[in-house]
Amino acid sequence: MREWAAYTLEEEDGRATLVVTGPLLISTIGALDRELRAFDAPVDTIDISQCGAVDTVGAWVVLRFAREKKAEIVGADGQAERLLKAVEQAHSNAAIEPPRSRLRLRVPEAVGKQVVQFGYGSREMLGFAGHIIVTALATLAHPSRLRVTSVFRQIELVGISALFIIGLMSFLVGIVIAQQGAAQLEQFGAEIYTINLTGRLSMRELGVLMTAIMVAGRSGSSFAAQLGTMKLTEEVDAMRTIGVSPIEALVLPRVIAAVVMMPLLGFYAAMLSIVGGASIAALTLHIPFGTFLARTQQVVPLYDVWVGLIKAPVFGLIIALSGCYQGMQVKGNSEEVGMRTTMAVVQAIFLVIVLDAFFAVFFDKVGWA
Amino acid sequence: MSDDAIEAQVAAEAIPEVAEHFDGEYPILIKGLKNSFGDQVVHEGLDLEVRRGEVLGVVGGSGTGKSVLMRSIIGLQVPDEGSIEVFGHEIVGANPEDGLGLRSRWGVLFQGGALFSTLTVGENVEVPLKQFYPELDAELMHEIARYKVVLSGLPADTASKYPSELSGGMRKRAGLARALALDPELLFLDEPTAGLDPIGAARFDELTRDLADTLGLTVFLITHDLDTLYAICDRVAVLADGKVIAIGTIPELLKSDHPWIQEYFNGPRGRAARSGAGLGKTVDSHGQTGD
Repeated sequence: MREWAAYTLEEEDGRATLVVTGPLLISTIGALDRELRAFDAPVDTIDISQCGAVDTVGAWVVLRFAREKKAEIVGADGQAERLLKAVEQAHSNAAIEPPRSRLRLRVPEAVGKQVVQFGYGSREMLGFAGHIIVTALATLAHPSRLRVTSVFRQIELVGISALFIIGLMSFLVGIVIAQQGAAQLEQFGAEIYTINLTGRLSMRELGVLMTAIMVAGRSGSSFAAQLGTMKLTEEVDAMRTIGVSPIEALVLPRVIAAVVMMPLLGFYAAMLSIVGGASIAALTLHIPFGTFLARTQQVVPLYDVWVGLIKAPVFGLIIALSGCYQGMQVKGNSEEVGMRTTMAVVQAIFLVIVLDAFFAVFFDKVGWA
Repeated sequence: MSDDAIEAQVAAEAIPEVAEHFDGEYPILIKGLKNSFGDQVVHEGLDLEVRRGEVLGVVGGSGTGKSVLMRSIIGLQVPDEGSIEVFGHEIVGANPEDGLGLRSRWGVLFQGGALFSTLTVGENVEVPLKQFYPELDAELMHEIARYKVVLSGLPADTASKYPSELSGGMRKRAGLARALALDPELLFLDEPTAGLDPIGAARFDELTRDLADTLGLTVFLITHDLDTLYAICDRVAVLADGKVIAIGTIPELLKSDHPWIQEYFNGPRGRAARSGAGLGKTVDSHGQTGD
């Protein structure tokens, strides 16, 4: 049980004296503080000679009360006197919470800021893309300037390391499409069209799209976090001082790796998705595995493969671009790295899906439906 | 509400366990401490006594385990062997939950300030208050936060600013304000003046000494800064070879013949700091002899 600080009130010759008892410490002051806040009578003197230990919180509470009642503090020993003086000098009325404007002003302000930011962001990203293109052209003119080691390292990280997870994901997606498709087509007695559905959908859309989402999550985020951290530790600045272009050394290898690996990964994903569909068809629809694959060859036109292969490098470019752009925008603190990484992934996936819709319309119009 | 009712309510809101005031002579008592990371032994057979009310400077070359020693004392690093008593309570092997009350009796200033970046400086100071003394009135917590900010040498309006808006020196002061939030008896400072300009560092030294004297603190101060040692430390402990090889006032240490101590205090920087502190020939007296 704690010994709480308390007080007694003594009256003498019409002068009220508040006698504080018990230690005036942060651990014992809780009750006394609230009692004194509620205290509603004139006090002329505060006697703290009987309270033993004092710390700054105790001194503060006594001092505040004395100020409020315009009372005099007596009986302070040397230590209490020092503390009273210290807290008196440290008195302030400043706010603890940051200043905030009203909600009805804050919401439009935030929206306006977002819109302006979006405008600037789009312009800067376009500039960034231009910078990469110029650097890429310069590298074409002087191929020796290409960081070959770095490119291969990134190809390994973006492509080879992702094989297992992308393969597994596509296989499972293939199973789901075939199984769900069959359930619907069965109603017309058209289960055999499950093969058309799985084959064409995998080649045109799902293989590339799911791969793009996975690569954005795996590599787009790591580009942003890596470059962001390098910005924070001033590595990027150090590079510039030595005369190495960060775009050439850091960004270009990542962009090349993503552009090169996306078609390969997308095609690989489509293949495994078809294998997944064939497996579930063999198990539940009694379509033999070999028949499924042979039939796929007949019903999927070659241009479906081209549709997937044309989209893939564009998606790779988008992912690398937003990852690197957001990474290079980091400044200030580590919180920014996390924020920019999130933005890189969200932006990449969003742009990929928007572009995919445009591609769908475009290929339809050119007759590759 | 009557005073009795207030008292009952406050007692109900308070957490049951609170550390008692410490009256012993040695707030920190370390015996036979051993710390290692894999094959690398940092401390072996380290003994250290910190006296109540003193400012103890801890020095040593890079990698001699000054920070590891501090982390062991405050329970962030579990040592391999040895015993560490803080306020008479054994830290090594104790259940971390039991040490909760003890934690309210010490304050720690980490190297970078380690402020919570999503809270303002004032809210940072209130975090330990809310953790240990939930019974305090919200208004009292605000008042405490305000005067601790000013007490730590910051302008009053810093209380509502976020750590990212502060300079390195101000962040350290804000960290100090949080370390002092609970009126601790023991204060740990990890390189408080590192990265500060000489004027800022000297002010911080002054502030530390002032607070130690006013609040009656025991200070465990890790530093590389020779000026800090001369300006504010009562005693200095030298860490080398995994042990405390010497401890005492600076004049006592100067008599030691350990090569590291000799090099440290008698190197060009050591001599400059000594003359600055007036223990050797001062620049002024030098000028007078020239007359």
